Amino acid sequence: MSDLSEKKTRREFLRDGLRAAGLLAFGGALGGVLSQGQEETVWQIDPEKCTQCGKCATECVLTPSAVKCVHQYALCGYCDLCFGFYKDQRVDDSTGAENQRCPTGALERSFVEEPYYQYVVNEPRCIGCGICVQGCQAYGNGSLYLQVRHDRCLNCNECRIAAACPAQAFVRVPAAKPYILKTKKAYG
Amino acid sequence: MMKRWLLVILGAVVATATWGAENFPPPEFTGGYQFPPMNVPPPRAAVFAYLDMAVLVAALGLASYFALRLRSRRHLFWLTLFSLGYFGFYRRGCVCPVGAIQNTAMALGVPGYTLPFVVGFFLLVPLLFALFAGRTFCAGVCPLGAAQEVVLLRPVRVPAWLEQPLSLIPFFYLGLAVLLAYLGSGFLICRYDPFVAFFRLGGTTGIVIFGVALLGLGTVVGRPYCRYLCPYGALLRLIAPLSKWQVKITPTECIKCHLCADACPYGAIKPPTPEEEPVRRREGKTRLGLLLLALPAMIALGAGLGWRVSGLLARVDPTVSLAERVWLQQQGLALGTTAASEAFYKQGRAYEELYAQAAGIRQRFAPATAALGGWVALVLGVRLIGLSLRRHRLEYEADPAACLACGRCYAACPVEHARVQGLPLELIGAGP
Repeated sequence: MSDLSEKKTRREFLRDGLRAAGLLAFGGALGGVLSQGQEETVWQIDPEKCTQCGKCATECVLTPSAVKCVHQYALCGYCDLCFGFYKDQRVDDSTGAENQRCPTGALERSFVEEPYYQYVVNEPRCIGCGICVQGCQAYGNGSLYLQVRHDRCLNCNECRIAAACPAQAFVRVPAAKPYILKTKKAYG
Repeated sequence: MMKRWLLVILGAVVATATWGAENFPPPEFTGGYQFPPMNVPPPRAAVFAYLDMAVLVAALGLASYFALRLRSRRHLFWLTLFSLGYFGFYRRGCVCPVGAIQNTAMALGVPGYTLPFVVGFFLLVPLLFALFAGRTFCAGVCPLGAAQEVVLLRPVRVPAWLEQPLSLIPFFYLGLAVLLAYLGSGFLICRYDPFVAFFRLGGTTGIVIFGVALLGLGTVVGRPYCRYLCPYGALLRLIAPLSKWQVKITPTECIKCHLCADACPYGAIKPPTPEEEPVRRREGKTRLGLLLLALPAMIALGAGLGWRVSGLLARVDPTVSLAERVWLQQQGLALGTTAASEAFYKQGRAYEELYAQAAGIRQRFAPATAALGGWVALVLGVRLIGLSLRRHRLEYEADPAACLACGRCYAACPVEHARVQGLPLELIGAGP
């Protein structure tokens, strides 16, 4: 019996020592985390890498996706014949749905002044498929592009679209600067 | 080809001119038109992250209090439901300590990624609680545990020969997940999280099937994910035995009725040890000595094997697999494109750049996979040593490493009933 109680105290001593070591490690780790700075990150699409494969519309855990098309107006050409708006092959140049590139009619066109037209993304309708982006990117200025909308994004630890993105275009950006704005330059 | 040359020329123009040359220059409006602002809604405010941290600490505190002081299964169950609602369905599974392992590994291995404070906090604080109160995080805070806790209907006992090897998987899974996150190749734990699809009410077919299968299994086998997969559980398993306060089933003297061990769905309650013969003891000592001697050799062997298979594992990395695919296509060994290789061609990047990048990643995989092999061997060796050690137990005890502090054993213990109802202990033969 005396042997047993001795054994117990030895084990307890060991346990206390290890716990103290664990506390020290905890303090060290917490210090390490704090010294890193407290920058939160969120997911965003790098428009330079995006190839508009269409996975943003289907892979997101949300339906419809947290990714939507945005319009950087300062880059837009305000064209009458907008390649983001019109299909390549169409019946005529009327604004009927059969002529529109957007499958949900989310890109809305309005007259500004001769010969300019404004295009606005109706966000609740947009599903983030990037079909309009393809047209705008290929023939226009690339002022339409896909971005993660942070009023919708759940900021999953591993974004499902990021895991599926064939272009590896999903990047973590600082939460303080959660959108990537295109700079004024040529987009062929 | 023509288009690429055009791009190069355009690029040169951009480089020399300060003003970009769009295909269609932005118009100069005469009617006073103003550019509408780009709609950029901000992400979730930082204050909510502090709310999450506060809820975590409060839930951990309550879980520890319910499990160790109040000894109340019912309180724990309500807390579990709350955590399922808050961390599960409201926060949709993120942020969680299980996933935080990967962010931490990535912050250590990938330059440019800093660990957000909230994530570090979520990783560390449940471990701190485990250092004092055991696995109370599992008991009432973890939403993954909660999802399984509520479906457990008719627990069966998993035999020891199956329990022992299965309970090693979390350590291997932990090693693999840390390796992949450290090398920046993806978050394995998140990708194969079986219950997050329920929290988000949507997921890929495979994961939903996996989740439903685990929940189905969970009706008869207590918490299969926690016991046989959860990598955070592996960490807690290491720390919980050091805890200052542990689950003590019988408040006074154990009457060895076996009811608690029957009630435990997690096989965490160990019976009192029989008096052992000295012969077996000597045998055990010899085996222990041999195992201790063999451990370094096992680790070296594991590391060597790891080094050998690192090329195989490196294919998990998207860049490496893309480089392989593109190379195969260039050599004419693979026909057609994959989504990734098609995207690569569209981006118009240089092949050499991609190959060099992939080679760099492969080089980092080799020592990391060797370390993983060593870790697997270490885990196996330590478990074998642990099996050779004999612990003397006078009464039924909860193994702190495996005990999830669910509180079922309290409800099953007659001595505890006597204590709660203030009955004299002589009634059940446990008195002085």
